Parts: sequence; C-alpha cells; structure tokens
Amino acid sequence: MKELIRLRVNGELREAAVEPQKLLLDVLREDLALTGAKRGCDDSSCGACAILIDGVPMLSCVAIASCYQGAEICTVEGIAPPGTLDPAQQGFAEGGGSQCGFCTAGFVISTKALLDGNPNPSLEEIREALSGNLCRCTGYMQIYDSVKIAIERGEAARSAEVARAPGGR
Amino acid sequence: MSDAPKKVCGLSKYADDLSAPGMLIGRILHSPHAHARIRSIDTSKAEALEGVKGVATSKDAPNTYGILPIGHDERAFALGKVRFIGDNVAAVAAVSAEIAERALDLIEVDYEILPAYFDPLESMKAETNWIHEDKPHNIEKEYHHEFGSVEEGFAQAAFVREQRYYAGEVNHAAMEPNATLAIWEPGDRLTVHSSTQVPFSVHRSISEVCEMPMSRVRVIKPMVGGGFGAKSEPIPIEVEAAVLAKMTKRPVKLLYTREEVFLAHRGRPRTIVDLKMGFTSEGKISAVAARVVQDGGAYCGFGPVTVLYSGALLGAIYDTPNVRFDGYRVITNKPACGAMRGHGTVNVRFAFESMLDELARDAGIDPAELRRRNLLHAPCRTANGLRVTSYGLPECIEKVVERSGWNEKKGKLPPGRGIGIACSHYVSGAANPIVRSNLPHTTVHIKLDRDAGVTLYSGASEIGQGSDTMQIQIVAEVLGVRPSRIKLVSADTELTPVDLGSYSSRVTFMAGNACIEAAQGMRDQILAAVAEKFRSRPADFEIRDEMVVSKSDPSQRMSFDEAVLCALDFHGALVAKGTYTPPEDSRGGKFKGAGVGPAPSYSYSAQTAEVSVDTETGHVTIHRIVAAHDCGRALNPLTVHGQIIGSVYMGLGQAMQEEMVWDGGRLMNPGLLEYRIASIVETPPIESIIVESHDPEGPFGAKEAGEGSLAATIPAVANAIFDAVGVRLREVPFTPDRILTALQEKRKQERAAKTIGGAR
Repeated sequence: MKELIRLRVNGELREAAVEPQKLLLDVLREDLALTGAKRGCDDSSCGACAILIDGVPMLSCVAIASCYQGAEICTVEGIAPPGTLDPAQQGFAEGGGSQCGFCTAGFVISTKALLDGNPNPSLEEIREALSGNLCRCTGYMQIYDSVKIAIERGEAARSAEVARAPGGR
Repeated sequence: MSDAPKKVCGLSKYADDLSAPGMLIGRILHSPHAHARIRSIDTSKAEALEGVKGVATSKDAPNTYGILPIGHDERAFALGKVRFIGDNVAAVAAVSAEIAERALDLIEVDYEILPAYFDPLESMKAETNWIHEDKPHNIEKEYHHEFGSVEEGFAQAAFVREQRYYAGEVNHAAMEPNATLAIWEPGDRLTVHSSTQVPFSVHRSISEVCEMPMSRVRVIKPMVGGGFGAKSEPIPIEVEAAVLAKMTKRPVKLLYTREEVFLAHRGRPRTIVDLKMGFTSEGKISAVAARVVQDGGAYCGFGPVTVLYSGALLGAIYDTPNVRFDGYRVITNKPACGAMRGHGTVNVRFAFESMLDELARDAGIDPAELRRRNLLHAPCRTANGLRVTSYGLPECIEKVVERSGWNEKKGKLPPGRGIGIACSHYVSGAANPIVRSNLPHTTVHIKLDRDAGVTLYSGASEIGQGSDTMQIQIVAEVLGVRPSRIKLVSADTELTPVDLGSYSSRVTFMAGNACIEAAQGMRDQILAAVAEKFRSRPADFEIRDEMVVSKSDPSQRMSFDEAVLCALDFHGALVAKGTYTPPEDSRGGKFKGAGVGPAPSYSYSAQTAEVSVDTETGHVTIHRIVAAHDCGRALNPLTVHGQIIGSVYMGLGQAMQEEMVWDGGRLMNPGLLEYRIASIVETPPIESIIVESHDPEGPFGAKEAGEGSLAATIPAVANAIFDAVGVRLREVPFTPDRILTALQEKRKQERAAKTIGGAR
C-alpha cells in the first residue's frame, strides 16, 4: 500500500505516493524525475547516488525515503541556482574529472560537501573525502585537478562576494 | 568537453534515466546451472499473475544473433539448453519491478543437468557433451600462423627463453550498468534507447531477432556511462527488451543489476600464454613463438577476433622477422568473454615484455636499451604484413627514461624498491569491417541552414571518451568557426549515417577524417558563393574566426552568417557529406585470419613503474607510473591525457587486484566491492606524456589514444617487482599471496644452493 510522503528537495517541497520501503534514490529518480543521482552497483560501493542530506553527503541507495521527511535534501541538480554552476561543478567541467559522466554527480556532491566545510583541503583530505566514490574512466588524476579548479573557483567567488558586500573592498 | 556542463549538473540522460508513458519494467530469469538441458518451461503461473503483461522465452524469439557473422550462437533466451550460470532463460514485463520479480519465481523450468567444463585446457580435451554440438572439443576457433622461419630464427639465437604465463579474467566494470528502453510505436515500429558502443550493430541484431525490417527499427544511443568494450556487441538485455516490447506492444525498460553486468560480461578472458623468444648476441629479436589459449566462456561474441589480435600484434611492435602463433579460443561453461580495452593484446604483451626483461638480464643489456635495439623503422611493414605509417615508440621510450630517472634508478634503488619498463601498441581502428562490405566505415553529413548553425549528423558513439567533442572541434577548425556554432546529432540509426561503432579505437581516425571531408565540402560551397558575390575565385577566400576573407584583398570580407545567407540563395539548405574507408594497402594479407590486426595506423606507448615490495606481507606499493603515448597528434590534450591515465589505471587494476574468481561455474565476486576496482585511495600517481608522431593519414595527424597504454602497465609493474625483490611474477594479478609464495620459493632455492655449495 502506498503512502504519501513529503520531501524538501532542492529547496522545494515535493510530494510522492510511494511504497513505505522505497529507497530515496528510487523516489528521486522515478517519482521526482531527478535522475542526476545514479545507480551503479548493488552493494553501496560506487557512490554514484550520493546526495546531500542537511549538508552531509549520503548514499541515497541505502536511505528509506520516508525517513527523510523534514530533512533538507539536495541533489546535483540543485546545488547551484539554475543557469549557474557551483565551483565543484565548474571544476569537474573544466578539469577532465568527468569523462563518461556517470559517476560525476557523486563526485560533485562529495567535493561540494568537502569544500563547504574545508575550502582549502590538502591532497590527503581530498583523497579521504572522495574515497567513497568510484570512477572507472579517469584514473583519478584529473579528478584531483578538477577539485583544485573547484578550490580556486570557490576562492574567487568568495573574494568577489567580499568585494560586493557593503563596506567591502 | 562539449558535454561537460550538462554532465556536472546531472542533466545528461543515460538509458536508465529515460522513461515513456505506459512503460513496463522487465526482469530476466537466469539459469542456476552451468550446463543443463531444458526439458520444459512452464510460464502459465507467471502469466496469470496480476500486473504481468508478457513472459518471453525462446519460443518467442528463436533466431540467433551475434556480433560476428561467423558467431551467431546466442538467442534472446536459451533454446534447448543453458550454458552458464546466468544464461538467459526467460523474461517478464510487468507494471512494476516487484511484480516482475514475483513472476520470475513462478516460472517453472525442468532442467537435466549435464557435465560442465570450467577450465579451458580440460574443456578442449572433451570428447562428449560439447557445449555447442557443432563445435567439436569445445574449440570455438583455432589459428596457426607463421611468418618468416621461426626455426631459423631460433637457430640464430644466442639466448632463448621459454615460459608459461597466466592472466586472470577481468571485467570492464563500467560505472553504468547496461540499460535498455524499447518502445513499441503505432505502425509497428520499434525505437530502442540503449547503453551501447555499437548502435548500428544493435540495430541489425534486433531486426534479426524480432524479425522486423531494419527500416522499422530505430536504435538511439543516449549518453553512455563508460564502455571499455563491454557494450561493443549486442548484449542480451538489448534484444530481450526489444522482444518484450514487441510482445506487449508497450514500452519496456530493462536494467541490469551489477551482478547481471558481470554475467553478461564480455570481459578479457583468462589466458594461458606459452611464449618462446630468441635473441642474437647483439640483442636483436630473432624469433618469437607463442601458443595462446583463451577461456572464452559459453558463447562466441568477439572470441575469434580476440584470439587473432593476440597473434597479429604479438610481433608487430618491434622488428621481429620470424613469428609463430598458435591460438585457441576455447568454450567453457562461464559467461561469454569479449572485447576489453586493448582487445586481445594485453595478456600476450604482459608475457612478451616480461620475457624481454628476463632476456635483457641474460644478455647483460639494459632493458630500455634492448628495446631501442629492436625498433621498427617506419614507414614499413611488419612480418605479418601490417602497414606502419608512423612510429613514435622511440620518443616514448626516451621520454619515460628521462622523466622517470631510469638511468639513475635502474639497478640502483635500495633493496625492496625497483623500477621496470615496458612498451605496448594498439590499432587505430580496424582496417576491415566486422561484416565484410564495401561500405565506408563512417559517413557523416553536415547541414547548414539560414540560422547559420552548422549541424553535424554522425553515427559515431560518444561513450565518455570525447568523440563528440573531437568531431565538433574538427568541423569548427575546418570551417573556421567557433565550436559553439556546431550542433551535433549523433548515434541515432534513423537520423545519422552509419558509423561502425566505438571499438578498436577507431573513432578519431575514421569519423575524424570523415568530418574533415564533409567540412571541406561545406566550406567549398560557402567560398564559391562568396567568390561569386565578389566576382573572384573561391581559392582566393578563406574562413578565419567566423569571417570569410579574401587572401589578396582583405577588404573583400563578410561574416560567416552573411556568407551562409549568400550561399543559401537559390539553393536552400546546404548539405555536405564525408566518408572514411581505410586504404586498400592497409587491409592486410589474404591468409585465414588476416582480417584482424590490420589498421590504417598504430599507436605506441612506453611506461615505467616504480614500486616497493614488502617482503613480510607481499604487499606492493606503486610509487609512480610514467606513461608516454604516441597519439599522432593530440587534438584535445586534456582528453588525451585522460585516456592515457585511464588506460594505465585499468591496467593497474588488472596487474594488482582485479580478477574474476570462480567456484566451478559460479562467480564468487560479482560486485564492485568484492571485485575491487581501485578507488582514489588505491590509485598511485600516474604521469602521462603525449608524444606526437603526426600520422600522414590521421585527421590532422591524429591516431589512437584510448587503449594502447593499458597493455604496457602490467609488465612494467612485473619488471619493477623483479627489480625490487628478484622474483618473477608470471601470473596476473600480482596479489600479496602470489608474491609471498614467489619469495618463499626464491628463499628455498637460495638455501638449497647454499646447502649444495656447503656439501662440496
């Protein structure tokens, strides 16, 4: 028997009638048409389904959707206002960190979560933060490059913000 | 890349991201037995379940299909018997996944279990219960080639070695599991969106299996989440979705689980290589002989091509006058192997480059120097008739020697640490098509209308390797306009002309050349119109930075948009066509099996690996890989670096940790966690170097970049391990247990040598 659930996704309140055990990944993809998060494995090993729940990166393939009513859910489609790119997205668009693109949503989410908490991470911290995401195309070298670009873009955006702020430079 | 902004926003659509009104969900019933006769199948209970709209078995689609014309041995569903655990028995289409899964449990199959074969060396001795009745002794194909005289070559040799090497079975593990959405449409038409590298092959197979003319079937390749060869032939999921859609007259979606991806497989076969090589006292290769046995699994797939590549490219990287090859593709009761990055060349290259290292030691020659002494001198032909037009291997070797600090490190690193070198090469497209014909291998169209937007229609399949971007770049370059002006319609059998697919690293070379020809044809039409307007000659004009300008009188100029309107007058929309067909003299000899190996050009790679080996745990740490690759010319350096690094990464996976583990016919590690593809944590620094040899026939000099680097990685690591601890690993992957066993064996031999010495 389906039940109605309410989820706050990418800043909007969405409703869906779903089976009580339905996974958040499936609700996002099938009921809300947000197909950015992907299913790449059967054993929660690939990280392609990563999303942010209250700012924390989580695997949506092991989350029961109805348990996250009231939480702030953010998918790769919603991490930047329409028509703009988050620094993490800019990094992966420019640095070669996205080849086939199937794992990209997960990497972008993990990168955003990392940089939101730590705008200038070390190589070791980048490695640690991305250890739950698998990529089969890049061999990861251009993923490091992409994160470095994301760091630069983030810094530039913050400086611009400071400059724009009243009383700024 | 041109499609990057959509990818990073999660807006690119892969096959499983698509849906259609009224879509049914399909599930597949797989065989639980490795080899069994199907006595009967009863689907009545499944069909009666509420919500089930169709149950398909072999009676609904009895026709065979397969990528090779000589290998049509698969059916959508097994007919008469099943041949591996995971073989396709039936499929259900239902209104929900849950109902489809429940229906699978209601299908009753009565099996009579048959003896099964899991080891290729055993399987090829079988006298009864052959896996395919028409393939005696379970041998799919065998080939025996000799070029020059191996006997004379060995007679000239001062050093000879003979060894057996094993390479484990590996899977591509592309991040996207295969998915297919097949949509039945009014007017008895079928549109299939599928995760494929070869939409035009899938088109043909679906037409054959569904008994529909190709003109009523349309195959569209959406975004593809990696292929590496796994999607380079029609896969059961694709024909099954089509059969279910035709049966139910509804859209049907099928998505593989990761376990099903492993069972559909098409990966690199377990390979046993018996290699013998001879060297003259000057360090020149005098003869090479190899016997290669591949464990092909239950169906043909690309099998004969895989084994032929092992032979064709074995003696073609160095100057090798005498080569013998005996290749066997053996059928076993396991999932079908197929094409995987470096198709057929990887495991023999591991054996070959490992043995070179041993022979260099025997002869007291530096391994890098030994390779220098055996270089080809392009343009030339190899012993087996392959035409080499450009050859950047010498520069690749020098670059990695320099960057890695080879001369300072080789033999001089502290105990437990070592450095190794190895080379590899690969075809830049196959000179012969899979299905023999005189059709061009690629055709592209360009359309130009009054919006002055250039639309390129190309059947080439972007699978993450960057081919869409490459084609857009080429057309923009030739037309002298910005890439953003180019719109690409790609890989849709209804809209785009035939391209053979993304396999054998053919797209840059072939689609790239076709794009140049089409863009030149379009440019000529524009220049002719502009010249007429200025009452001048077309040859006097060129297009640069979106302006058409006279070379002799720069005041005669107009914008690209104006020029297009001018050219459209009295003509309407302009069209131009480009094709690519490999030249006659690149297509190889006439002997049986000569069709595989010839290419219009070849890429070359050299690599060094620096490693440490922990002699207590057997653990190998890779410190650094330096990889140089001759791609002819890097049309998009970011992408070329990405392809080189990605190839090395995949080679490292096979070298260090990846292996499909079997208990009889049951795969024991059909998940990404258990199969262990490397994460960022396990991946060492990989440095890529681009070498540009400017191929005379490549588009702007370009050739292959996406596969050739893989094969050098495995032997470079093996050679580094030997340099570090003096043990020779002849079985891939180099797991800690194998290294410990080798170290123990070495110590035992050293002790025995001491004891014997003491007794004297």
